[in-house]
Amino acid sequence: MASGNMTLNLKIWRQKHGEAQGKLVDYKVNNVLPEMSFLEMIDVLNEQLVSKGEDAIAFDHDCREGICGMCSMMIDGKAHGGFKNTTTCQVHMRLYKDGDTIVVEPFRAQAFPVVKDLTVDRSALDGIMAAGGYTSANTGNAQDANSILIPKPIADEAMDAAACIGCGACVASCPNGSAMLFMGAKVSQLALLPQGKPEAPKRALNMVMTHDHLGFGNCTTHAECEATCPKGISIEHIARMNREYLKAAFTYFEKKRDE
Amino acid sequence: MMTNAVSHYCRSSIGRKHLMALTGLALCGFLVGHLAGNFLLMVGPDAFNLYGYKLFSLGSLLYVIEAGLGLVFLVHLGLAIKLTIENKKARGPQAYHMKVRTGRGTTFMSQTMPYTGLVLLVFIILHLMNLKFGAYYSTTVDGIEMRDLYRVTMEFFTSIGNVVWYSFAMICAALHTAHGFASAFQSLGLNHPRFYPAIKKISYLYAIVIGGGFAFISIWAHLKGV
Repeated sequence: MASGNMTLNLKIWRQKHGEAQGKLVDYKVNNVLPEMSFLEMIDVLNEQLVSKGEDAIAFDHDCREGICGMCSMMIDGKAHGGFKNTTTCQVHMRLYKDGDTIVVEPFRAQAFPVVKDLTVDRSALDGIMAAGGYTSANTGNAQDANSILIPKPIADEAMDAAACIGCGACVASCPNGSAMLFMGAKVSQLALLPQGKPEAPKRALNMVMTHDHLGFGNCTTHAECEATCPKGISIEHIARMNREYLKAAFTYFEKKRDE
Repeated sequence: MMTNAVSHYCRSSIGRKHLMALTGLALCGFLVGHLAGNFLLMVGPDAFNLYGYKLFSLGSLLYVIEAGLGLVFLVHLGLAIKLTIENKKARGPQAYHMKVRTGRGTTFMSQTMPYTGLVLLVFIILHLMNLKFGAYYSTTVDGIEMRDLYRVTMEFFTSIGNVVWYSFAMICAALHTAHGFASAFQSLGLNHPRFYPAIKKISYLYAIVIGGGFAFISIWAHLKGV
């Protein structure tokens, strides 16, 4: 564990815009404190860059407390640095030693084009969500909490899936650039709960179709997504989606009705 | 409507993954039968040749079974090629400069699936040419004339090169099935915290028994000679 000020060598991906040719650029950042988060360390570097009149490094971030899913970078070849159940903003510099060299790259996938530097466009995930990651029942006012009984293990399982923050680490670390864990978490969460059940078959069909059209790859069960998911979401949810999809593909039928 | 649903299913990522899983498991089942038959080599020439004769005497039914097996194999192969190309494309135009396995997900087996599969494709073609469509010797067991497949097989393994290549292919088969067997259950949605750890263990056991079993017989045959 490091203490006091550290000096780090960074190799950071710089790319002016989506069509530009990017490359790794070496930076030396001084005055890094072990209490800083990884993002704060980049803030320090950016201040150094700006004071020298250089362009600051663009990166996504928002809540900086591990719940928004905005921070997205490959740190030393692993999404969010590869620490268990940790987002980049929750990676602290005490995990590194003075003089360490750290490679930082954007999340990469066909469906995640680079916008600038470490910022990528993850709106393809929104596309999957818009295809069915919701319930459309008009529920009116909030009901009494116990009016729909859900067994505790089921509620827990749905909650595990709902923990997804949509950061895209699963896609970034998947050797196939697949968003199955992201999609599986949502399909699974809603299929487990009574509120989501009525639309479960249609949801599974539409979300999978959209996933495929958006240029995400196919799952080959590497489980690298599960290993890098900052919320520890299990590939059991992919399996549940596979079941839901199978059921839906062979049983779901929407009869054409005259308006 | 029905055909539309089925064709859509067969073109979707998850539908194709189900087909990969089902064809893969079918091929896994075939390997069990094949290995069991091969152990008859160790029982003796007559036992092995009689087994072959019994299979041939199925007549046209055998052709139906072979055609089915061939179809399963071609579906598995065709989908594998398509999925591998798609997945490579989905990874994006710019490769990572640094990509490190977490050690909790991707394994050597899972990463080499296309390569071990390719070795198996070459192996199967050569295997059919060398043995099934190989030399024809005649022998007589219990007064019945039949093909001396025992001799074809034992002659094949007298060459050390053949044994090394065969064993290498069987190591690839073990690596391929070690990932594929368990993965098939996940793909079919049969991942349950109570059973999946056991399925993973069975997958490794299956790989060792199948890969090791075939390789062991080839080495045994080489040491025994014709």
